[in-house]
Amino acid sequence: MSFLWSVFKGIFSVTFVQKAITQGVPMLFGATGEIITEKSGNLNLGIPGIMYMGAIGGLAGAFLYENGNEAPNGFLGILCAIFFCLLFSLLGAMIYSVLTITLRANQNVTGLALTTFGVGFGNFLGGSFSKITGTAGQITVYNTGQAFRAKIPYLSDHLGIVGSLFFSYGFLTYLSIIIALLATWFLLRTRAGLNLRAVGENAAAADAASINVTKYKYLATCIGGMISGLGGLYFVMEYLGGTWQNNGFGDRGWLAVALVIFALWKPARAIWGSFLFGGLYILFAYVPLSQSMQEIFKMLPYAVTILVLVISSLQRKKENQPPASLGLPYFREER
Amino acid sequence: MTENAIELKGICKYFGIVAANEDVSLTVRKGEILSLLGENGSGKTTLMNMLSGIYYPDSGQIFVDGKEVTIRSPKDAYALGIGMIHQHFKLIDLFTAAENIILGMDGKSPVINMKEVLEDISKLTDRYGFQLDLNKKVYDMSVSEKQTVEIVKMLYRGANLLILDEPTAVLTPQETDHLFEVLRKMREDGKAIIIITHKLHEVLAISDRVSILRKGRYIGTVDTKDATALSLTEMMVGEKVALNIDRPEPKHPKKCLEVKNLTCRNKYGVKALDSVSFTAMGGEILGIAGIAGSGQKELLETIAGLQDGEGSILFTDPDSGKEEELIGMDPLKIQKMGVSLAFVPEDRLGMGLVGDMGMPGNMMVRSYRSGHSALLEQKKPRELSEQIKNDLGVITPSIHYPVRRLSGGNVQKILVGREIANTPKLLMTAYAVRGLDINTSYSIYHLLNEQKEQGVAVIYVGEDLDVLLELSDRILVLCGGKISGIVDARTTTKEEVGLLMTKHGEEA
Repeated sequence: MSFLWSVFKGIFSVTFVQKAITQGVPMLFGATGEIITEKSGNLNLGIPGIMYMGAIGGLAGAFLYENGNEAPNGFLGILCAIFFCLLFSLLGAMIYSVLTITLRANQNVTGLALTTFGVGFGNFLGGSFSKITGTAGQITVYNTGQAFRAKIPYLSDHLGIVGSLFFSYGFLTYLSIIIALLATWFLLRTRAGLNLRAVGENAAAADAASINVTKYKYLATCIGGMISGLGGLYFVMEYLGGTWQNNGFGDRGWLAVALVIFALWKPARAIWGSFLFGGLYILFAYVPLSQSMQEIFKMLPYAVTILVLVISSLQRKKENQPPASLGLPYFREER
Repeated sequence: MTENAIELKGICKYFGIVAANEDVSLTVRKGEILSLLGENGSGKTTLMNMLSGIYYPDSGQIFVDGKEVTIRSPKDAYALGIGMIHQHFKLIDLFTAAENIILGMDGKSPVINMKEVLEDISKLTDRYGFQLDLNKKVYDMSVSEKQTVEIVKMLYRGANLLILDEPTAVLTPQETDHLFEVLRKMREDGKAIIIITHKLHEVLAISDRVSILRKGRYIGTVDTKDATALSLTEMMVGEKVALNIDRPEPKHPKKCLEVKNLTCRNKYGVKALDSVSFTAMGGEILGIAGIAGSGQKELLETIAGLQDGEGSILFTDPDSGKEEELIGMDPLKIQKMGVSLAFVPEDRLGMGLVGDMGMPGNMMVRSYRSGHSALLEQKKPRELSEQIKNDLGVITPSIHYPVRRLSGGNVQKILVGREIANTPKLLMTAYAVRGLDINTSYSIYHLLNEQKEQGVAVIYVGEDLDVLLELSDRILVLCGGKISGIVDARTTTKEEVGLLMTKHGEEA
């Protein structure tokens, strides 16, 4: 009983919820970006790599800004970080787009290669920056990091438990939710969203309906990649506080891809899904178990994903299936 | 103001070195229905795809309302009022009818106002008398409903020229009549309509003029009132052909297959076949009629051992009299039991042949188990391929040419040829002539008749009632997975079979 009680106490604490959300945010960015991408029929398995690229991009941007200024301003640091984060993730997404859309390379191979590339790219630049900066062998952008970490003033410390649960996060947390909600609205309510879903379902039918399939695929993959990149930025700025740690981002990128399946390709569902995944991801630390048993607990998000996959496949509800032409290239003059 | 809706001049289109269209010129007037007739591979669909913006011509000119235009994409085609309804519908299964209709269009606002959209479309459907539930998802629709969605989609985009690629291939006679009514209404409305079809009686029934293509070239245009089925066929084929299907009397019919109370469920647990009982005789062609999806596919696949079913399928070898129960067997076990059964599936390149392999490879798919050494027996399949190529007149650059790149008729000949080469006792074919031109169709009928005369029990699932009536000895009609009647093909009428096809839930 005392064992269960300690688990119970751990999970229903404010810190656990806060930490779960903190872990969930990068996955939510990644999943929203990947959902937008997959809705165009592109299975971008390069997302984990793109998140690394976004992370190092943002960090490099902020570092260049802070390094050249006597008294760096946190707000300008944020702008620089976001700009370079988006730029670097766009670069990653463009590599994927050109290869799979224009050159029609195999999507799985391209995606996996891009992830390998992106992780190496991030670690290489991050490691090099740390070497160059000299002091303590760590790159830091303190001012920008603190600006990213700034909580909502007043609300976060005047509302007691409500304040700590809902208002004690940096702005990227709220941005991730807003983007996910906007993405849902975009996909379901706008003409462009309808067209995008059509491209992912049946590109030939979309083409016949005068939709520019190539344009939609490029835009969805690039915008999706940039949204995912913000997840990497969140990790280096808010989670780590403006520094680099080789392989620090770990397998969160793959969890984001798993979250897409868990969310059944619905961004709004990915919001609570990401918090659940975040909770499952750190659950091991709240369960008094031996080291080896903890490793089994780290498996939970993946186990849940498999469960959802099994259930949604058994249901056979067409609305809950992946986009029908996911992974397939489109070539109009194919006979 | 010219009364020509569209004029094509000297259109050429090449795929690699193959000429799909060579110097084709064609005119369609406003307020007329033009039939485009031609054998398979004569370039009808390619030509129309150039009007709808899917392909771009290598040379030639297109005039719309007397002005020369360039059509580079479907968007250009819509802007010019050209709408094409493809043979394989270009619809998104997951979307509703309304969503499919507005797909790809710019509205007043980037946000969709569904209420307004529904009102707009309803106005249009009321005008032409379409029956359509705009909120129904396409995956819940029948073929004819999907076709209606496609037509409304084009009209909603303001199409003045409507191109229909084999629109009746999957419709029942009643649905076809309804479609023709709608087309006539559109003609009265001043729209120009091009209809591609293989069925000569439909050409004669619906169109004002007929244009004929042969091997990618334009042959000529005739007024329908001056044409007959025979004259059109001659223009199409370029030689005189006999349009009669032989039907020899069955010689010593022997019981070959007895199916009793066969029930089969699809993957959703719904009964696709419901207590079906019938007998197929050696030396006879048993035609199977029914609306697409009435259980034809399940019936043949269950007999061939590709699907599970309940009931009894008793195979009697007409020569030895040996009886075998086929229920619960898979194709390999059936083959091992010595039951020689051949199945020509509907999906030729999916279930029937391997598209990327040449003819010998495809022959081996059926025979690779027969050799004794670890190495593949190459010689016999090669000989068989040559033999099929020569006997059935398969047109291919080489027997090693990937069959995927051959025309539908040649693919079907290879498949039928391979199955017949195994000297089956029971031959089952599903839509054996779907998409084939007249000449090839007749050579397939001839092949089936040859098998029949050799005492083979032939089961022919067909969709063209005229052919079923002329070719079969008896016709079994399926409706909603049940047998709604078995009639004598020599005495029945098209109307009787048509009615049986839509008669639900009554005693067989």
